[in-house]
Amino acid sequence: MLFRICTTALARWTVLALLPMATAWAGLPIEHWQHASGAQVYLVRSMGIPMVDLQLDFDAGDRRSPVGKTGLAGVMASSMRNGVKAAPGLNALDENALGEAWADLGASFSASAGSDRLTFALRSLTYPDVLSQASALAARQLGEPAFPEKLWQRDRPKLIASIKEANTRPATVVGRAFGKAVYGNHPYGRETSESDLNNISSADMQALHAQAVRSCYARISLVGAVDRAQADALVAKVLERLPRGDCPGLPPVEEVQPLTASSEQRIAFDSAQAHVMVGQPGIKRSSPDYFALLVGNHILGGGGFTARLTEEVREKRGLTYGIYSGFSPGLHAGAFTINLQTRPDQAQQALDLVRSELQRFLTDGPTEQELQAAKDNLIGGFALRIDSNRKLLDNVANIAWNQLPLDYLDTWTDQVQRITTKDIREAFSRTLQAQNMVTVVLGGK
Amino acid sequence: MEHIKQMPRKFMGNYTVSWRAHCCRAGLAWLMLGLFAVLAQAGDETQQFILRNGLTLIVKPDHRAPTAVHMLWVRVGSMDEVDGTSGVAHVLEHMLFKGTPTVKAGDFSRRVAAMGGRENAFTNKDYTGYYQQIPAARLADVMQLEADRFANNQWSDEDFRKELEVVKEERRLRTEDNPHARLYEAMAATSFQASPYRRPVVGWMSDLESMVPEDARAFYRRWYTPANAAVVVAGDVDPQVVLALAEKYYGSLANTPLPERKPRTEPAQNGVRRLDFKAPAEQAYVALGFKVPGIRPDALGTGPWDAQAQDALALTVLAAVLDGYEGARLDRALTQSEDHVADSVGAHYGATARGPVTFMLSGVPASGKSSAALESALRAQVRRVADEGISATELKRVVNQWTASEVYQQDSVFNQARKLGVNWASGLPLSFESEMLGRLRGVTPEQVQAVAARYFGDDELTVATLLPQPPSLKRKPRTPPPGTRH
Repeated sequence: MLFRICTTALARWTVLALLPMATAWAGLPIEHWQHASGAQVYLVRSMGIPMVDLQLDFDAGDRRSPVGKTGLAGVMASSMRNGVKAAPGLNALDENALGEAWADLGASFSASAGSDRLTFALRSLTYPDVLSQASALAARQLGEPAFPEKLWQRDRPKLIASIKEANTRPATVVGRAFGKAVYGNHPYGRETSESDLNNISSADMQALHAQAVRSCYARISLVGAVDRAQADALVAKVLERLPRGDCPGLPPVEEVQPLTASSEQRIAFDSAQAHVMVGQPGIKRSSPDYFALLVGNHILGGGGFTARLTEEVREKRGLTYGIYSGFSPGLHAGAFTINLQTRPDQAQQALDLVRSELQRFLTDGPTEQELQAAKDNLIGGFALRIDSNRKLLDNVANIAWNQLPLDYLDTWTDQVQRITTKDIREAFSRTLQAQNMVTVVLGGK
Repeated sequence: MEHIKQMPRKFMGNYTVSWRAHCCRAGLAWLMLGLFAVLAQAGDETQQFILRNGLTLIVKPDHRAPTAVHMLWVRVGSMDEVDGTSGVAHVLEHMLFKGTPTVKAGDFSRRVAAMGGRENAFTNKDYTGYYQQIPAARLADVMQLEADRFANNQWSDEDFRKELEVVKEERRLRTEDNPHARLYEAMAATSFQASPYRRPVVGWMSDLESMVPEDARAFYRRWYTPANAAVVVAGDVDPQVVLALAEKYYGSLANTPLPERKPRTEPAQNGVRRLDFKAPAEQAYVALGFKVPGIRPDALGTGPWDAQAQDALALTVLAAVLDGYEGARLDRALTQSEDHVADSVGAHYGATARGPVTFMLSGVPASGKSSAALESALRAQVRRVADEGISATELKRVVNQWTASEVYQQDSVFNQARKLGVNWASGLPLSFESEMLGRLRGVTPEQVQAVAARYFGDDELTVATLLPQPPSLKRKPRTPPPGTRH
């Protein structure tokens, strides 16, 4: 199911969201309460379509995977579709019975893990009989996954093969080298290897599930055609098979260390394009510089066709199809990254240009005119960040996960409006040091 | 059962079609009721108008948020190109951002950004599209901009030369460095001989190398004419207001006659075609393409569809029972057992296109298994359907999934507009989506069995196999000492 031939359209621009966008909803109330189980619940009612999305986030992303078992969180998440255990009055369901049950309901349940979060998502129609069956099935999959060892033994070689395949692609290789150089030994820089996968057992998945997937750790976001009472009942149903009990504080994870020197790697690679990456550790999501960097990066390289880097590298000189800059703020200081691809013999020219544009931005900051254009786009386009249930869900989950104020969406445009060119200049120089920059060029000539 | 009411009515000299679906069917009542509830909200019928100059306007109101999407579709894509200038439809799409006599290069994007908008464009075999997502209040502004460049696109040779370099970089990124993309490119070139589908949308590199500004300008003059275009607007809008705006900005554009479209019909293949393709990769890959019938606009009517369209419905069901959900037939038979033959598998079929339609089976062989073994295993699964048929449960399952996904799809105004545009480009009526779903509900297991038996022999088959090669690292790494800066 991984490979399909599609009628792939060629877009003039592929948007690679390096920046987890903050998002918002003006005047749309977010209801927040603690469920009886201890779960924190956030709800936005959206009554237009008879459907609901429910997302559960846990502090069990890959940053907490033990050394030598990098990837455990993601492996556990993807193995949750391998079947559920029997329960009183209910037969066990194997992977196929589970897949069929979801298809029969026209509903879906997914699990995934990033560096920070372990995430589960349920999407269902809200007709009572469908929703009650979908939430009961979600409860089983969330609370009583079988993690059959035999299926893990079957799936592991597939994962190893797909890692080896990915390692033949230039974007993977350059990204891995960049991550290592920016993050050093921090978990954000670890990549799942064959030996990690060989070290992971289904018992590890069971143990992680038992430790991390507990109601009182859950941050739950709902968007859809349900009111508060229905949402609370839905949450109760989905959580009913999770263990009750306490949720002890989790051990802190080390911070990303700032770099103390620049580094530069040239990696030989036989590809049609060289890949250039430049960057260093950026900010945590909780940084007070968040909005200044959001607006500043929009001007530098995050704002699409009108951004400076695009103008200089693509529009004026035709050196690349896509060039982007972005921060990736998380629980730790995610990387600031500039990324482009170009014909191998143009790699140095493009790199020189990126460095001089970045230096110019760090020294002079944006112009008043550029700042106004960025504000016009961000503030004027605010409604486009919240105009579907799917986008709303991302926004609510962002608030829930980062414990942002409930009026975060109402104040978002004010926060952008308030930013000055001086704020941007100062935030950038606090965050980025030209003398500590990582550079990786793969396949350049 | 579903009834489509077509209500022609005159309005300001324009032909209007609006539709509304009413549905009910025992056993699926829970889904049907909900669908009806959603569709029945006042004022959200999709409406279509034809302006005097032949331009089509399609409006889909959705008032959940104060935003809108405006799309301009042109019924021209890579299939309308000729040898030597492959890729010109897509290059021209890039050039549409390079100005008009009144809007200089880059200003289109700057003005849309200043409105808070997002914008882009896309080119495919069958069509080219341009869109802006905007606060609904800015609709008139983007319509004015889009109509201007649709009629008055103008740029310098120097801008063309630079943008052509961008397009070559795009080809390097998406195709040259992507073994699967190159495999499919080579496969299309093998499978099709007369059909323009044999050429890649982005164009052959040598055609890009030799492309000149006049190639793009001529293509623009030839195909960008109101009768060959549709404007699709979806979101927080009133159809009558949109119609008035469309009249104002697009209605006055002069129509020029469209060139005759040569059919370039693909002849019968009469025998399997095979190609091996070597590329740096770790895993092998095999793709099987069977030429099969699709749904042609002229086959549609209020009565029964023609035999080919009926078969296309059954092929749609076949793809779904093979690969439509976790644990569907292909996955279960080929990737799960201890001695599984594949790491991953897929089936894909799209029933509508301007050109020939292909049913694809594909997969990655498991470690130690050959592409030939996987090829046989994939075909054996189709043969199993031909021999044994499918169960009523499977059929009901995939229909249930489609019915539910109709509801979920309403969440994205953008995707709804996109679908309306794609269907228009294929010459299909507004009611096509709902009619297709209604007809799919009528497909029987016997029909699915029959198409599995009819269309999957050798004669119309092309098999492409990726032969993985170790990457060649001719260049030596050079790592300057840490701390040096350029």
